[in-house]
Amino acid sequence: MENFLSAKDLRFSYINESAEEPTETEVLHGVSLDIKKGEFVALLGHNGSGKSTLAKCFNAINTAQSGSVFSCGLDASKEENVLPIRQRVGMVFQNPDNQIVATIVEEDVAFALENMGVEPKEIRRRVDDALKTVDMYDYREHAPHKLSGGQKQRVAIAGLIAMRPECILLDEPTAMLDPKGRAEVMKTIKMLNKEMGVTIVLITHYMEEAAQADRVVVADSGNIIMDGTPKQIFSQVERLRSIGLDVPQVTELVYLLRKEGVDLDAETITEDECVEQLLNIFKKSN
Amino acid sequence: MLKDITIGQYFPGKSIIHRLDPRIKIILIVAFIVMLFIADTFFGLGVGMVFVLGAFLLSGIPFKMMLKSLKPLMPLLIFTGLLNLLFIRTGDVLFKWRFLIITKLGVTTAAFMIIRIVALIIGSSLLTYTTSPIQLTDAIERLFSPLKVIKVPVHELAMMMTIALRFIPTLIEDTDKIMSAQKARGADMETGSIIKRAKALVPIFVPLIVSSFRRAVELALAMECRCYHGGEGRTRLKQLKTSFRDYAALLVTAVFITGVVLADKINFFI
Amino acid sequence: MPIIKTEGLTYVYGEGTPFCKTAVDNVDLEIEEGELVGIIGHTGSGKSTLIQHFNGLLKPTSGKVFIDGEQLWKDKSHLRDIRFKVGLVFQYPEYQLFEESVYKDIAFGPKNMGLSDSEIDKRVRESMRMVGLSEDIMEKSPFELSGGQKRRAAIAGVMAMDPKVLILDEPASGLDPKGRDAILAQIREYHQQKKNTVMMVSHSMEDIAKHTTKILVMNKAKVFCYDTPVNVFHRSKELEQMGLAVPQITRVFNRLKAAGVPIDDDVYTVEFGKKLIMRLLENR
Repeated sequence: MENFLSAKDLRFSYINESAEEPTETEVLHGVSLDIKKGEFVALLGHNGSGKSTLAKCFNAINTAQSGSVFSCGLDASKEENVLPIRQRVGMVFQNPDNQIVATIVEEDVAFALENMGVEPKEIRRRVDDALKTVDMYDYREHAPHKLSGGQKQRVAIAGLIAMRPECILLDEPTAMLDPKGRAEVMKTIKMLNKEMGVTIVLITHYMEEAAQADRVVVADSGNIIMDGTPKQIFSQVERLRSIGLDVPQVTELVYLLRKEGVDLDAETITEDECVEQLLNIFKKSN
Repeated sequence: MLKDITIGQYFPGKSIIHRLDPRIKIILIVAFIVMLFIADTFFGLGVGMVFVLGAFLLSGIPFKMMLKSLKPLMPLLIFTGLLNLLFIRTGDVLFKWRFLIITKLGVTTAAFMIIRIVALIIGSSLLTYTTSPIQLTDAIERLFSPLKVIKVPVHELAMMMTIALRFIPTLIEDTDKIMSAQKARGADMETGSIIKRAKALVPIFVPLIVSSFRRAVELALAMECRCYHGGEGRTRLKQLKTSFRDYAALLVTAVFITGVVLADKINFFI
Repeated sequence: MPIIKTEGLTYVYGEGTPFCKTAVDNVDLEIEEGELVGIIGHTGSGKSTLIQHFNGLLKPTSGKVFIDGEQLWKDKSHLRDIRFKVGLVFQYPEYQLFEESVYKDIAFGPKNMGLSDSEIDKRVRESMRMVGLSEDIMEKSPFELSGGQKRRAAIAGVMAMDPKVLILDEPASGLDPKGRDAILAQIREYHQQKKNTVMMVSHSMEDIAKHTTKILVMNKAKVFCYDTPVNVFHRSKELEQMGLAVPQITRVFNRLKAAGVPIDDDVYTVEFGKKLIMRLLENR
């Protein structure tokens, strides 16, 4: 599989020009990361670890000061590549209210296509498809501000998939949602990845969400410090704790029991695995 | 509660009025308003009323919505009515008591003004009920697009209007929340002198402005991510196309206006 | 005497319009002083509407609310005084910061109460300590703080009013795991030091289970139950049917029970779950 998103020795600084003397804060200190086509990657890290900044480099919102970023084979530092990259790499943000532009759901979903200059008939078709994909077709003529948080996020996602992107970056899309909204959005994300082959980069603080990904990447103070399967990452309970992250409850339980000498697999991250192992233990001890 | 205010009172539907080209609707409304002010006989106004009520019926908007749109303007109606009734002192005197003089001309002028305003409100609310805000801004953008030649940023203005319409409910909700939060901290906004009350608004306005800026920055980013780069080369989901309906509507309106003008010319009533 | 008591509390939004909706329906509730109450229920269950009644931001459509024995709305001139007894921290409270310095912002509430400058000073410092903000940032603009610090400053602004009841609507939402744990730990610390009543709305059953002494479950505008965590999680099946996500650990133990493992207790924290399994293994 080819590398779809690729960063090499990427350095990025925010420049604060409002201060008397412009100050530079380097947020990414030479990050290298390759993401393959069709992967579902969860990007973890506490606030200020640089994970959002990194994501914004991949769709040419941020431009690296040094190092290189390639998105779908295009050099993100070149001006002429900006729009083609943004068509292929969409981005969903945390606050559902602040990414909906239009006063009617379907008009909002059409926004990107209108900007791209797609033919009206084709827009209609793609908008309807996109709304059906996220299961919001029945709401196409509703006003966005009357929808629930989860519905708004699905509309925002529909606005991106109407562009037929190959990759979607999601920056804490579930942080402001209730459990129901969170489940809706996660279901949509997984469906996009599994059924439509969209590459997903999901930034989240919810470990149960990250556990559903194919791969987990952990950022800390501007560097990537861990990269592996969810099992490999979450089994390192102490290391994650030390950088202010959590693990799923079942992983924590297994970790505590292992410390007491109970023979369990450290790489237990789902409820099913945990139940199965505990039942085995009880059978053995009988 | 603030959030009970409705703005952008679009009433979705599929009626013929809904489906008219919004540009045509705007032109028709302008023509209708001009007609209202040309008309100076009851017959003329009557024709105008029949026209607008007919259109209302066709639109399938519940009648109580029409009354609802009139309600906030009641004070204005009463005020104009009284003003005309009491201060027009020429013509046949109908009633006289101390300094109060009511003349026949006063009554007819008052009635005229009220009917005009009512017809005007019904007409324009019919426009906003049957046309989504986005269609409206779209139509305004197209109608004014010739102004681009003289460097008027028509697209940008229309975009700003759309975003404003989209964010008004959100900002009203924000205001509600911030007010509750400050009240819970003991902010007193209901008592005291005017200066004290004006000062009491600072804890509301500062957070509101801060949050609006934050929203604006995030929205701009989200728009960029969706390939927004100004009006150039943009297409639209909903093309504005004039069809047979629109010409029919133009024709019907023209007939009515001619009727009104003729009625005035012949002037056989009053 | 309960600190908060409601009798037949009902609130209807938009009464008399076609959009009217009963948000709180005939709620009778007694909350004893000194509890740390967790409030759960999904969006639209009426929990936010309910808590806004406790400090008189909303007036009941019918029914009564008593705070510390005194009936709210009976005498409107007392409303403000009673309101000061119940501090309410809204969701995303950082969006209410407005003053030019952190100190002044935290002092806003106490100042509105008409306290003396020295008393205000004492309270500002104390509440800053309580939420873990160092005094160095006192003169900074609240808008220069990090997200987590802003949240703390806003919470401190309500704590500084020294209310008898502190109510927080999702105090940890949107924070990262570290920020979330820190804030929740500080709230618990505040509760232990002050020995007053704290109520906290949360969507996270894990957090509620870890931190509270009583749980109030709202469902469809009514109180589903108000009880100790053990008793509430004993009904975890019903909670799940309601669409509430019970903690993962509770689900695991429910499944073990269903598979015949002899577990009598209801498990809702990892720590307790571990102990239980160790006990079971030792007994064999």
